Amino acid sequence: MTQTDPAPAPEPVADRFAALTDGNPLVSDRSEGVRVVFDGVVKSYGSQRVLKGLQLEVQPGEFLSLLGSSGSGKSTALRLLAGLELADGGTILVGGEDMSRVPANKRDMGMVFQSYSLFPHLSVARNTAFGLRMRRVPEARVRERVDAALALVGLSDFAARFPHQLSGGQQQRVALARALVTEPRVLLLDEPLSALDAKVRVQLREEIRRIQLRLGITTIFVTHDQEEALAVSDRVAVMNAGDIDQIGAPEELYTRPATTFVAEFIGRSCLVDAVVRDGFAEALGARLPLLAPHPDGPARVYLRPENLFLASDGTTGAVPAIVVSSSFLGAMRRTQVKTTEGVELVVQHSPGERVLAGDAVRVGVRPEPVAVR
Amino acid sequence: MKRARIAPGRWATIAILGILGLLFALPLAGSLEFTLRSPNGGYGLEHWISLFAPARPASYAPIWTGLTNSAILAVVTVAIVLFLLTPTMVLIQLRFPRLRRPFEFLCLLPISIPAIVLVVGLAPVYLVIGRAVGTGIWSLAFAYGITCLPFAYRAIQSNLDAIDTRTLAEAARSLGASWVSVLVRVIVPNIRVGLMLASLVSVAVVLGEFTIASLLNRQNLQTALLVVSKQDPYIAVIMSLLSLAFVFLVLFAIDRASRAIARRQSAL
Repeated sequence: MTQTDPAPAPEPVADRFAALTDGNPLVSDRSEGVRVVFDGVVKSYGSQRVLKGLQLEVQPGEFLSLLGSSGSGKSTALRLLAGLELADGGTILVGGEDMSRVPANKRDMGMVFQSYSLFPHLSVARNTAFGLRMRRVPEARVRERVDAALALVGLSDFAARFPHQLSGGQQQRVALARALVTEPRVLLLDEPLSALDAKVRVQLREEIRRIQLRLGITTIFVTHDQEEALAVSDRVAVMNAGDIDQIGAPEELYTRPATTFVAEFIGRSCLVDAVVRDGFAEALGARLPLLAPHPDGPARVYLRPENLFLASDGTTGAVPAIVVSSSFLGAMRRTQVKTTEGVELVVQHSPGERVLAGDAVRVGVRPEPVAVR
Repeated sequence: MKRARIAPGRWATIAILGILGLLFALPLAGSLEFTLRSPNGGYGLEHWISLFAPARPASYAPIWTGLTNSAILAVVTVAIVLFLLTPTMVLIQLRFPRLRRPFEFLCLLPISIPAIVLVVGLAPVYLVIGRAVGTGIWSLAFAYGITCLPFAYRAIQSNLDAIDTRTLAEAARSLGASWVSVLVRVIVPNIRVGLMLASLVSVAVVLGEFTIASLLNRQNLQTALLVVSKQDPYIAVIMSLLSLAFVFLVLFAIDRASRAIARRQSAL
């Protein structure tokens, strides 16, 4: 696992968001988050080893995303932390306390699931109050905290409705309120946005982040969507085959991928042939600095579409190519081209630069550092 | 192009339902007519009245004993369905999904075994039960629990399949619920209809069962009716009609209750 710059310890919630407390009991009662540690955690299902000795430390109050494809072990790690599965080896510490023998209902975690997990027979208010009633909180206090939780997620007017009367986004908001109302030590989000449409996903992920920042709760977010992970996280841990390939701030993972898997998983990349000489990679007529040292000789480098551009005729170093296809994506265009040497590239450019399939173009490369495969 | 008609037309529906209704209604009507025949010719309620004010009370005592025994058996059988079968099914659904198919096979097996064959197997078992817990009528509920399994299992499993049992249980556990709370506060409320149907079917099976009780030398409603019918055939038919009416009323009540629950949950 490659560890890049760890995130700085977050400021206390009170200092950062004093103006936002607005008397909401959930916020005013808030204390700082707890540290979560996975120490050599192993988990197998039959003969398949899903986690191979996971080492991970989540800082107090941090929003950390576990990003990876299906089968990478990210949901398994979350479920082990929640106590829904038992680890085969290793230790999980929450606030310094070993969770190995603690049953799921005693771990004081709040969890939001991918599939809508609201209890169909209970109203929104009673769903939200469920955890408080399990803890035998006095009824007056239950009502106060439920009102505060629903206000936090913007659903105060929906208290009497039932889950089947809510949209998908509203159901996940209620699930979030239900998870937060008990003031858990850690908030666990297991792909909560996967079942929602694109616009609602963006809105809700921003809302989750806003609430998490207000409450200062340690949060672990599992997703296979890199855009989600990069948009909301303090740090992202990219998981591959049961282990963490790289962990770091979103910008770090995107601009300085440490492994082939991370380079290919995060963002889009074109893999092109190059020659490494004196710490630079020579590819497509350009001389590009390397992210990490590499011996001289033939190599393959990753080029990001946003580091390629459609060059004018006078640009030195640009290579000729033919447009294969071009897609309009609103704020940008993504054009697939093929050079005269048969190299396939994807160029990201402004929507104003309209090109059609078959057009002859010239492709330039910006001198940004590149990763070598 | 005109779309091909799949459902039968209105008059065809009426004809089909009418014929089926007659098939079911005619025997019932015939039974009712039989019980209304007056000893002096014509029709009257003498036989119905005599059930509650018999000239020879002792001759109808077995009916009340049999009815009481059947009621006890119904209660114990429903308790077996609710407190043994249901938690087992939930446990398999949540923790041992691979056992679901074998368990389903076991639960459905009794429907393929004739009652008399069942009794041949149960007879030596009941010798042991008799020595262990006595020969009280309630012990027959163990056998009835087996005969009810296919019907109760289907009713409950269909409800369990309709909800995401695992996610609901995990959500409840993450919120601090014990396993008992998960079962009682989360799962059972969402399979209410299935439980009611399973209970009703169990009651219907118990009230209508004759072979096992007879061969194991126990007295229930059906064996009592056989005894009494030899002296008074009218009473047997009256009790059968009353049993059918009781089951119909319970079914009707369950249907009304289910609709009311669905309406309440849909209303804003």
